[in-house]
Amino acid sequence: MTDRLEVTIPNPSDSGSGEALAAPFPEPTPISTDPSRHAKERLGDRVFRGLAEGSGVVIVALIVAIGVFLLWRAIPALMRNEENFFLYRGNWVTTDTSAMHFGILDLLQVTVFVSVFALILAMPIALGIAIYLTQYAPRRVAGPLGYTVDLLAAVPSIIYGVWGLYVLAPVLKPIALWLNQNLGWLFLFKTGSASVAGGGTIFTAGIVLAVMILPIITAVTREVFAQTPRGQIEAALALGATRWEVVRTTVLPFGMSGYISGAMLGLGRALGETIALLIILRGTQRGFGWSLFDGGYTFASKIAATASEFNDQYKAGAYIAAGLVLFVLTFVVNALARAAVTRKGR
Amino acid sequence: MKLNFGRTLGISLTAAAALTLAACGSDDNTPAGASGSDTPSSAECGGKNSITAEGSTAQQNAIAEFNKVWGKLCPGKNLAYNPTGSGAGREQFIAGQVDLAGSDSPLKGDQVAQAAERCDGNPAWNLPLVFGPVALAYNLPGVDTLTVNADVLAGIFSGGITRWNDPALTALNPDADLPDLGITPIYRSDSSGTTDNFQKYLAAAAPQSWTKGDGSEFQGGAGEGAQKSAGVVQAVQSTEGAIGYVEKGFAEQAGVPFARIDSGAGPVELTDESASKAIDAATFAAEGNDLVLDLASLYATREPGAYPLVLATYEIVCSKGYDPQTAAAVKSFLTVAANEGQQNLSPAGYVPLPERFKERLLTSIDAIA
Repeated sequence: MTDRLEVTIPNPSDSGSGEALAAPFPEPTPISTDPSRHAKERLGDRVFRGLAEGSGVVIVALIVAIGVFLLWRAIPALMRNEENFFLYRGNWVTTDTSAMHFGILDLLQVTVFVSVFALILAMPIALGIAIYLTQYAPRRVAGPLGYTVDLLAAVPSIIYGVWGLYVLAPVLKPIALWLNQNLGWLFLFKTGSASVAGGGTIFTAGIVLAVMILPIITAVTREVFAQTPRGQIEAALALGATRWEVVRTTVLPFGMSGYISGAMLGLGRALGETIALLIILRGTQRGFGWSLFDGGYTFASKIAATASEFNDQYKAGAYIAAGLVLFVLTFVVNALARAAVTRKGR
Repeated sequence: MKLNFGRTLGISLTAAAALTLAACGSDDNTPAGASGSDTPSSAECGGKNSITAEGSTAQQNAIAEFNKVWGKLCPGKNLAYNPTGSGAGREQFIAGQVDLAGSDSPLKGDQVAQAAERCDGNPAWNLPLVFGPVALAYNLPGVDTLTVNADVLAGIFSGGITRWNDPALTALNPDADLPDLGITPIYRSDSSGTTDNFQKYLAAAAPQSWTKGDGSEFQGGAGEGAQKSAGVVQAVQSTEGAIGYVEKGFAEQAGVPFARIDSGAGPVELTDESASKAIDAATFAAEGNDLVLDLASLYATREPGAYPLVLATYEIVCSKGYDPQTAAAVKSFLTVAANEGQQNLSPAGYVPLPERFKERLLTSIDAIA
């Protein structure tokens, strides 16, 4: 039993001589780690932030400047074009610069076709090399073999072009002739605008291009596969998985987004490849027919073929317009690849 | 990483030795004892010691030969030639960056006025100095001599004639056994003065058969394109039944047979004499010292024994408006090129200037001030 006690809650303002205040004492202002707040920063932090922002801005400004230059030179030439720029597929007639005929339909088709063909050839091989180097190869072999694959990237592209036309094309001739004669009913292997025996076809060019983009895809994929968490691999092994099952269940799902982004890097390289395709691909007077045994020009090789005879700014502008389309195409391909990779998630 | 002293010393000694050995070589490519000559030169060796020129790749080897001869006759003189293409050469001349331009075609349109501006209001002259015949290389096993004419060529390169045993071809070659093989015309896929002149030849010599126009890109509508003259020769060599147009020097070096042309007076083989005859038959587009050729007179010539398919390349110079040192040097170079420089042109695939033409050219060169 409690006695009847009166319990009162003391009013703080009654205590002492008046109001109760928390006495302020000097504290240093906290350094904000939120980068968007303009809190007071030390000089060193400010300098570093400025340099980092500056680098980012310079890159973006450079890309924008290139795009603006391409547009600025292309528009006067496009205004003098008698044909629809996106649908015309014949010969480019630019001798009379007040009435030119040029269009990019064939260029676009050949560029995309040869790049995709090279990618289809290179991707499985790159995947195989990366899996072998990271999962199967003994340590002593993996190093030198990796260097050898990277060495492919050091070969100049003009050497690839000359090797492709003078060495590889005669070797591929029997295969090409066999494909053309026996599978010629399929649109891919029908006789195209370049002679099959001559070797200056998309078939040869695509194989050479695949060899050129192989080291890029392999390097990126190898790096990503090497980062697979050891814990997952060991867990799979502990559960009794075979080597291949380990790769299939842990390495591949983990590294797939890296593999795709490596492939997109390779595709970007293939889209812009100039000298090797200039040497290998024979020019044609007929339109492109979606056959591997066609010749033709890509954007880059068309510009390179004519660059030494740019008499005036309108003729140059016509070719710069083609370069602008390639610029936009590469941009779009990279953006799609980024979107695909981020959507897959990690 | 610690390198021990011995290893560092070894590496630095090797590097120093390598650099010293590299420095022992020299940039001077004139052969020893080349300065001075016993034959009196035809030109004065005045003016500045080094002049610049830029332009056509077709003239490249000829200009190198002229430069060598000039350097021997006038010790210390040198021409720096940059073979970036005719278009670039003309532009650089107009911009005043080079003293003369080598071009496969004369100045036209706006460029004439712009060049006159560069020359202080005086006209710029186009002097045809280097002639390179264009050979029609073919690949027909078993056929040693082939004769064609402009109509047949126009048909081949526009897709009208598609097999080697076509009646038009067998009529011109009664002795040869032409096979029933498809013709693969090979053209230059890159922009080229050779293509321009070949199409001009077809338009002048066979106007009914060739209606595709001209220009430095091939407009014919048939055939496969190869990159540069070396590519055309490779394409002809590797494709049976191929025929392509290429500078004579390239075809000779590769050992590819080339065709004879019949311009109405019987088949004419490509030799220095037959090409010279065609050049002599050419007339100029205007009187005076600007020697632009009337190409129709060259290509449509029916002179017997003349091989009409010759590429004329020009040197573009200022008639007046150079400073005295440059004018003297340019005159000296051109005079030596037209005289002594012609001796060794033939092995390089060019045609030495015929006498009458040379006189006319020297008159113009003398008038440069």
